[in-house]
Amino acid sequence: MSPAVLTLAATTGPGFLSPTGVEIAFALVGLATLGAAAITVTTKQLVHAALWLVVALGGIAVEYLLLTAEFIAWVQVLIYLGSVVVLLLFGLMLTKAPIGPSPDADSGNRPIALGVAVVAAAALVWVVVDAFRTTWIDLDGPVQGSTKVSGEILFRHWVLPFEALSVLLLAALIGAIVLSHRTDPADPDPAAPGATGLNARATAARPTAPRPTDKGPR
Amino acid sequence: MNDALDVALRLVLVFAVFLVLPLVVGQTEHKVMAHMQGRLGPMYAGGFHGWAQLVADGVKFAQKEDVVPANADRRIFQLAPAVALLPYLLVLIVIPLGPGKGAVGQVIDAGLFFALAVMGVGVLGSLMAGWASANKFSLLGGLRTAAQLLAYELPMLLAAASVAMAAGTVSLPGILESFQWWWLPWQIVGAVVFFTAGLAELQRPPFDMPVADSEIIFGAYTEYTGLRFALFLLAEYAGIVVLCALTTVLFLGGWHGPFGADGLGWVWTLLKVAILAFVVIWLRVSYPRLREDQLQKLAWTVLIPLALAQIALTGIVKVAIQ
Repeated sequence: MSPAVLTLAATTGPGFLSPTGVEIAFALVGLATLGAAAITVTTKQLVHAALWLVVALGGIAVEYLLLTAEFIAWVQVLIYLGSVVVLLLFGLMLTKAPIGPSPDADSGNRPIALGVAVVAAAALVWVVVDAFRTTWIDLDGPVQGSTKVSGEILFRHWVLPFEALSVLLLAALIGAIVLSHRTDPADPDPAAPGATGLNARATAARPTAPRPTDKGPR
Repeated sequence: MNDALDVALRLVLVFAVFLVLPLVVGQTEHKVMAHMQGRLGPMYAGGFHGWAQLVADGVKFAQKEDVVPANADRRIFQLAPAVALLPYLLVLIVIPLGPGKGAVGQVIDAGLFFALAVMGVGVLGSLMAGWASANKFSLLGGLRTAAQLLAYELPMLLAAASVAMAAGTVSLPGILESFQWWWLPWQIVGAVVFFTAGLAELQRPPFDMPVADSEIIFGAYTEYTGLRFALFLLAEYAGIVVLCALTTVLFLGGWHGPFGADGLGWVWTLLKVAILAFVVIWLRVSYPRLREDQLQKLAWTVLIPLALAQIALTGIVKVAIQ
């Protein structure tokens, strides 16, 4: 960093050299979150990975709080900690995740995954740093990420992306229903869910050869 | 200094409430269930109508050996009761007892979100216990817990969202300030959905399939003994207090009452919480346990459509009166 940039930073906002308590806390929580995330992907115990993910996601919620984005922080806890991780644990329990290390938890893709992760992280850091280089949040003033502010920004300025996202989620929802209702062509039972009308008659007319591949785990 | 003292005092008060109210609910459950079944319930501990029964129970639990099964995942097994219990303590901080800023532990702008989010985290404790116990009954209990949470979280959130729409805020004191008496009939469907879904989230009868003691031996808590088991029990009763208090604040007007709202607001809140807690106990005595498929069906085909209808009604009325 050249001296010119340093002086620019010093004139436009608080510098990096005398961090406040909140900034120190932000950095420490960030380190803890990073550590938890690293353990999540390296631990050989599947359920431990899910629980370390709880720590990492909770750490991100704390970071949001420190940046005064209260609403986003609680949504993070509600959606990720309360629902996504529970879904994850549910899935792990269904597969009888063993206590102790799973020998097949390692895959040969490790170097490639590391490369992708590093590139993605570098791109994100670069974009965020480039976008918010000279923007400073006044942490001592009134809360800037309150529910009211978030709602107004979301539904005034960003309403189109918001609605587009909801359509995307709807498509995902319908896709999930279609996938879970996929009927086995070898199954002659017309009362099976999804096998209606033409579809059912077509499957009944076809010779019913056993197809073991269709019975695989979904 | 004064501020620090103020915060410390509030936290101590919330902690005292957290320790006392669940025990009161537990003792009430002993006595109410007994009288509904034509028994007397505990009569000896403490002398007067067995009032100290739960204190004696606590002493008994503390004396028991703390056993961790040999095959269990030790650390997660030991951590689970804390994860189950602490969220309810945190939620109590934001629940307003009376009008004004003096009667709430801490005003949080997104208090409704905070309460629901943190309550959802408590279930992680049951899941951790169910998995880490290395017991098939525990695992089954954990699975049922997860399935039940996923089914009932949605109607609970939708019902709460209806109140937030009506009040135009997600702050719990803010909701109470804009409360009018006619919200009671207006939001009654949402109230029933919220309370039912909350009961299911707490795994209270008739939604106690995950802990069904007569078939999977208390589910996720099979292997727990002594103090850790007591913590899980305490979490259940703290959950009852939190659920009843949240329902009171969101749907029953909290400290609003027919008279004396200024000085006696906290009495109204506690009275409503007590009545709801009585209903929780009453339901336990009167209804048989729902089967797992009935549980799921109730959530997805009854509660969620009802909650959505309530949101539509709230929206229509809200637009009409503006």
